[in-house]
Amino acid sequence: MSSRQEANLFGYSQAAVEGALAAGATYADARVVIVKDERIEVLNQNVESLGQTEAAGVGVRALIGSSWGFFATAELTETAARQAGEAAAVVAKAAATVPGPDVPLSDVPVVTDHYETPFDEDPFAVALSDKVDLLVGVTETIQSVPGIALASATLQFFDTEKWFVSSQGHRISQHLVESGGGFDATAIGESETQRRSFPQSFGQYETGGFERIRRWDYPGNAGRIAEEAAALLTADECPEGERDLILEGSQLGLQIHESVGHAIELDRILGWEAAFAGTSWLEIDKIGQLQYGSELMNVTADATLPGALGTFGYDDEGTPAQSVDIVKDGLWVGVLSGRDSAALAGLPPGGMVRGDGFNRLPMVRMTNVGLLPGDSSLEEIIADTKDGIYASTNRSWSIDDKRLNFQFGTEIAWEVKDGKRGRMLKNPTYTGIGPQFWGSLDRMAGPEEWVHWGTPNCGKGQPIQVGHTGHSAGPSRFSNVRIGVRG
Amino acid sequence: MTDPQALADKVIAMVGDRAEAEAMVVAGNRSLTRFANSYIHQNVGEDVPQIELKVVVDGRVSSAATSQVGDDALNRMVDTALESARLRPVDADWPGLAPQAEAADVEHWDAATAAADPAERASRVADFVAAGPGLRGAGYCETIGLTSAFANSAGQRLTGRETRAIIDGIHQTETSAGSAHQTGVGIGDLDGAAAGTQAAARARDSADAYDIKPGEYEVVLSPECTATIAVFLSAYGFNAKAAVEEQSFVEIGGQQFDPAINMWDDVTDPRALGVAFDSDGVPKRRVELITGGVSKSLAHDRRTAAKLGTESTGHAVPGSESFGAFPLNVFVGEGDQSIDEMIASVDRGLFVTAFNYCRILDPKSQVVTGLTRNGTFMIENGAITGALTNLRFTQSFVEGLGGGRVLAVGNDGRFADSEFGPGFIHAPSLHLASWNFTGGNDG
Repeated sequence: MSSRQEANLFGYSQAAVEGALAAGATYADARVVIVKDERIEVLNQNVESLGQTEAAGVGVRALIGSSWGFFATAELTETAARQAGEAAAVVAKAAATVPGPDVPLSDVPVVTDHYETPFDEDPFAVALSDKVDLLVGVTETIQSVPGIALASATLQFFDTEKWFVSSQGHRISQHLVESGGGFDATAIGESETQRRSFPQSFGQYETGGFERIRRWDYPGNAGRIAEEAAALLTADECPEGERDLILEGSQLGLQIHESVGHAIELDRILGWEAAFAGTSWLEIDKIGQLQYGSELMNVTADATLPGALGTFGYDDEGTPAQSVDIVKDGLWVGVLSGRDSAALAGLPPGGMVRGDGFNRLPMVRMTNVGLLPGDSSLEEIIADTKDGIYASTNRSWSIDDKRLNFQFGTEIAWEVKDGKRGRMLKNPTYTGIGPQFWGSLDRMAGPEEWVHWGTPNCGKGQPIQVGHTGHSAGPSRFSNVRIGVRG
Repeated sequence: MTDPQALADKVIAMVGDRAEAEAMVVAGNRSLTRFANSYIHQNVGEDVPQIELKVVVDGRVSSAATSQVGDDALNRMVDTALESARLRPVDADWPGLAPQAEAADVEHWDAATAAADPAERASRVADFVAAGPGLRGAGYCETIGLTSAFANSAGQRLTGRETRAIIDGIHQTETSAGSAHQTGVGIGDLDGAAAGTQAAARARDSADAYDIKPGEYEVVLSPECTATIAVFLSAYGFNAKAAVEEQSFVEIGGQQFDPAINMWDDVTDPRALGVAFDSDGVPKRRVELITGGVSKSLAHDRRTAAKLGTESTGHAVPGSESFGAFPLNVFVGEGDQSIDEMIASVDRGLFVTAFNYCRILDPKSQVVTGLTRNGTFMIENGAITGALTNLRFTQSFVEGLGGGRVLAVGNDGRFADSEFGPGFIHAPSLHLASWNFTGGNDG
């Protein structure tokens, strides 16, 4: 992009901010965003869908009193941007019919800067035929395993450019690159389906280029995954009872997402998401006092982790990416916040506010909320377990609106008896209550098995927004968990 | 606003004779006023068109989309789609473009809603909040006015417009919440005070809730719960792609449900929302999904119809080549009992006002886990005797509606929000013999 085009794009954001201020906003910011994405889906060696999308426009926030006004237009001209700014202020003013306390904003450094996701191999420059060949080949391998009915494989890439301007003087551009994908095998029985996925359910997404795809070695894992799916049809049902539960890393990543990540969102704690996503069992005056889990539990929200999906340079309020302690030695010490929520709660702003494209109001979003590794290994954990199961790869997930009562299903499990991995088990489920479950964490694998798992499909907000979040985790054990809930 | 039909035609002309092509344009405005802690905290709007293009070069299919209407962006979209199509293998399942056909003459449109301003939405919110003095209100009021236009190189051209108006919210005490929901074509139909009054009453009534032991309980389910069930039946069962892949529970012609259960999809119903054609450019047809408890037919897009040797029912949605057709105008047939009559007939059971965070464990068995939310009540000797803390259930939805298990169907059908979005499931309350609750407040 030429410097002239760059100046124009900053100019549209600037015009939007000026329009909002002229219409009465006390603060305004705007983002021109251009997002390209490419998605390829293959089912049983046939390319089922191949699509590319480009969304571009400017979204502007205007603060008046107790309400944010937001308006977005896809028309990238100075006039349209200015009008969008005015419209944002107009809708903010309308909120005065049902007013609340004025929204304060925490101070953040006012910077001019540029950030780029480091990557080796531009995923959009990799030949489309190579990508298709990779997916077709994987599904061919899966289909070669007897008993497999469906073999699907997906790749998806995002290239996002943003030009952010605030009425306080921020001027920040970013270029973010994300790559993801995976595959799954489905075996279908008389009255059941069994599925295995790799690297995890819905694929593994990371920041970076096509090198992020290559390192997972799809072809080398396709046969094993297919065989496991086929074997599940004749595997024993996961028995009911209270037993030790060893979670594989990606399943633990989703467990962190649902029962820690959402619970610590300050907008939920403050009640801003009460009607839809829900609230939180956490109360802000308990921060620094409440025991969230066992002393082994250390959680950070770290937007600076190289390669993790929730990594960026600045959030969509212009706050620098940072690492924030969330749980330290089991004690709850931090939240996910933005400039408004942090100011209301009397906490430092965490730089965790992002919007889904140019046409959504930025909101509190997980960055990379991860469980720091321990000093063991999966092999050692299994060897140290007398009676339990080792459960891998998410199949279902459900949690209440306060983020306390959860039930997860995984694709597969293995019985663990007297320190040995035994028979395969199908339809494993487990259920629990957040702090009790986290309080039972007693073994964790070390840094060698620690992975920055990525969740590309986190829904929140009205209108709904899809967020991309990261969750670092390795295999870990929880004691005496209720397993094998039946329908 | 750019004329969507002219824009769709222009995109097809840009492709010219280089490929078969179809284009869909959706344009208009979406505005939403959100409130929490009894005040408006977010007020948003957008005027963003969506232009989607599919091209087919010698059986090789590719799609592209943009939010930009300028010639540069449209040409880029066309070139991207053509270039990608040439590089991919032939799509063995491509069913061809939709032929010319007229759509039903329906227009679920209200001019006042399309033009609604933020003050009108705020006024409904004010009424909702005022109906719950001393409580904390949260929710949203939304107005949408959209025009959709389709064109393809086989000469099919269709256009339609739609409006939607929604108010959805909760009131909260320190320990409980109650909800209410209204969806319709026109903002004039929204009664913020009535919605707020219902939510406030349920919130107050569900305070001081107590735990009960999980297990099988007779239940009266609100329209919201019925809508959730209908979504799972539709997405994982009556979706023809699930049937093609043998992942569906549906056995056409089989008595899979109680005879009291009827379910169909019909955009021509005066109560329906949306436009009369799908994203393939096929006119929507009425589809009988369940009649007298018998599974009757599936919802198709052109791909599944071609595979099964039938005709599309007009239920393609963007992305349905991957996840299948989806009915967007579902009606669950009403019965003749009021909610009070259903509750009065229960000796010991539960009244559930909403399900939450429901996820499927296996599409073929339709076992779903989820929780209750915003008011769960104990019924004893025909009357509500107290409020319960939320419960988790793990239940096959097909078995839950099975023969002999539907004791009554309500006469209170309305658009209900299933947690998966408003405006596409019109459902009544249900009285069911048994529901499998597998966990309580403490796990």
